[in-house]
Amino acid sequence: MTGTGKLIRLILRRDRFIMPLWVLVLGIVPAGYVSAFEGLFPTDQERIAYAQTSATNAGFVSLYGQLHGDSLGELVAWRSGFLPVIIGLFAALTVIRHTRTDEELGRTELIGAAAVGRQAQLAAALITTAAAGVVLGLVLFLGMIGSGLPAAGALAFGAEFTASAWIFAALAGIAAQLTSGARSARTLVVLAIGVSYVLRIVGDTSAIGDNGSLSFAAWLSPLGWVTHVFAFQANAWWPLALSALFSVVAVIVAVVLLGHRDLGSGMLPSRLGRPAAAAWLRTAPALAWRLHRGLLIGWTLGFALLGIVFGGVGSSVLAIAEDNKGLSDILGDLGGASSLADNYFAGTAGLVGLIASCYAVQATLRLRDEEQKGHAEAVLTTSVSRWTWAASHLLFSLIGPAVVLLAEGVAAGLTYDRARLGDILTGTMVQLPAVWVLAAIAVLLFGVVPRLSLVAWAPPAICLLVLLVGGTLRLDQWVLDISPFTHVPHVPGGSVTALPLVTLTAVALVLTFTGLGGLRRRNIPD
Amino acid sequence: MTEAIDAEGLIKRFGKVPALDGLDLHVRTGEVHGFLGPNGAGKTTTIRILLGLMRHDGGHARLLGGDPWAEATALHRRLAYVPGDVTLWPNLTGGEVIDLLGRLRGGLDRARRAELLERFELDPRKKGRTYSKGNRQKVALVAALASDVELLILDEPTSGLDPLMEEVFREVILQEKRRGDRTVLLSSHILAEVEALCDRLTIIRDGRTVETGTLQDMRHLTRTTIQAELAGPVDGLASLAGVHDLRTDNGRVRFDVDTDALEPALRTLVQVGVRSLVSAPPSLEELFLRQYQRGDR
Repeated sequence: MTGTGKLIRLILRRDRFIMPLWVLVLGIVPAGYVSAFEGLFPTDQERIAYAQTSATNAGFVSLYGQLHGDSLGELVAWRSGFLPVIIGLFAALTVIRHTRTDEELGRTELIGAAAVGRQAQLAAALITTAAAGVVLGLVLFLGMIGSGLPAAGALAFGAEFTASAWIFAALAGIAAQLTSGARSARTLVVLAIGVSYVLRIVGDTSAIGDNGSLSFAAWLSPLGWVTHVFAFQANAWWPLALSALFSVVAVIVAVVLLGHRDLGSGMLPSRLGRPAAAAWLRTAPALAWRLHRGLLIGWTLGFALLGIVFGGVGSSVLAIAEDNKGLSDILGDLGGASSLADNYFAGTAGLVGLIASCYAVQATLRLRDEEQKGHAEAVLTTSVSRWTWAASHLLFSLIGPAVVLLAEGVAAGLTYDRARLGDILTGTMVQLPAVWVLAAIAVLLFGVVPRLSLVAWAPPAICLLVLLVGGTLRLDQWVLDISPFTHVPHVPGGSVTALPLVTLTAVALVLTFTGLGGLRRRNIPD
Repeated sequence: MTEAIDAEGLIKRFGKVPALDGLDLHVRTGEVHGFLGPNGAGKTTTIRILLGLMRHDGGHARLLGGDPWAEATALHRRLAYVPGDVTLWPNLTGGEVIDLLGRLRGGLDRARRAELLERFELDPRKKGRTYSKGNRQKVALVAALASDVELLILDEPTSGLDPLMEEVFREVILQEKRRGDRTVLLSSHILAEVEALCDRLTIIRDGRTVETGTLQDMRHLTRTTIQAELAGPVDGLASLAGVHDLRTDNGRVRFDVDTDALEPALRTLVQVGVRSLVSAPPSLEELFLRQYQRGDR
């Protein structure tokens, strides 16, 4: 542990902008919900009515979790139910960035040779991230108190966010020991968060929908634990205790694993491979397939699973509507129960499109990764042109999202109702042009201002923010219009119009070709 | 004789920082050409311009008779490049990388590939992430040397190899040299290697060419070290133009002499009577150091 203090300072120095940013933004968003709800529902009756419909809306419950009460605090805590996913993601990525990424790039070796203990680096990364989680919880706590909400609930709510950071920081500590590459470690934690999220959806929707036979699934998920604190209502302390215990155990596992491996290696063994390349591995697109296939297959499976979950939840949407006399009356006025399902699937399609755009950006930024690691130089000094090289990778950022969206749409349609497959699939596939726009922004950055390539993650983050808070905070239309997903036709339910789809595709094409034009003129590596 | 690489007055700036400042490099077809310079002198930048990865801001560059930027793709079929810092895709094996790069260049000699793998003692089944720096370099070297190309551009190819493997590398390059149909541009820090392999060399510093020619040519520009045991005391040596760092000790003298002052200096020694004489040509090391020290003054 010698030198941990110095390494903590190093982490704080390296993350001096990004860490305060995510800690503050995520800590402040719920305070925004408070004022938004106060504005949206000036009277108690309005708020209670909203709470009642929301509590039985399977779409809302999937996204945010269960809602048991109708006080302002409960609504805010419930509505913040997706934030633990984002907190977990940031915490995990921070830990991996300061452990496995450093090790892969040889920085650990540099530091390890100095007077620092073997566990110092892992300890520094975990301590810093855990402390960031505490600050995040504190910011939230103060924000809630400042909004005039009860202190006990604010404390539980703050602890919920802190626990979210701890759990996934600790899991990332394990992931960083298992693989020898930072990329695969990141994939492991994203997978863990994804599985947690899906288990929570299954558990929560089962609890409100059918007989609750699968409601235990939420308890298999760390995201289930933290949302089951039910801040401002139950203020349950034991899910927090469970989360803390889990984090401690995970840290111990990570430390034990660290003690059992060599610098640079992972716990998962590296096997010997083929001594010669397969006959098909002879062109730039073939190489791109070799490099992208794991990612594509992983995302496709993940999306198929997501489709099954969303399709299954869709079935319970109808079941709940039929059980609830008042709700079905309202729905009758709105055009029947089917409109509820339509709305639900159109809503999930938007979320699915947004997640697909993360894949598209990730696949596009592979180009930058190839450039920075020196692999691009190796390929571009053969007979492969810059154009062919970039296009080979872009095949995956353009066609890849189509494949994963197709997997989700088909899985959701088949799980829900074969007869509605066409509508549901259409609703999913119309997201594609919006996904392309976000991928094209990444191409533009990569081609024209390569050093700012990572800024390509900002558009998906902004779109997610627009999706999560846009409606609730009653943002102006022009703010909502920033997100390409705002312009996608609302299907099923609405009608497919060609104009926005054609426009978005055209925008994506212009951005892509501008980016490729920049790539052809610039230095490699830049 | 035609030139495989013909660069004249190359200028390259990164922002306001000049990386190349009028660099000249002429490599004749069929020769092994040493390319020397301290870290940051501009060797890698020059190579990247020749490979069409970067565009030069001034001067002119021709590679195998073509424009390295505009005709990059066509020219790359005829050359193979080993970067100074070889990185491999972590989940591709060494064998896969060798085959892939060879195929992308337009052909690989299977027999040569097998021979090189054996000589470099490289296991092609290992994944890229598990190779050491030296072994990554071997992968790139095998891929380049087994490719059917006219020009090899090697950027400090032995910086990660152990002495045994350096020796193998030298043998292989000498073998290439005997074939006579390949041109090699060898950027290096290891002077003994350049001395052993290269027909001609170019020394650069701060983005400029400071010396170019055969090792022989350069020796003419430099001093020879003479150590002699004499029959009696010697006079007049110290006053002779071109004699430097003279030390006398009990009938022994040691001095450095410029090449054009060698004859009068030796004549002076012979007049006194020479019992033994050691004359050492300047090593590349000395050439190199002198070149850079001169620039510092």
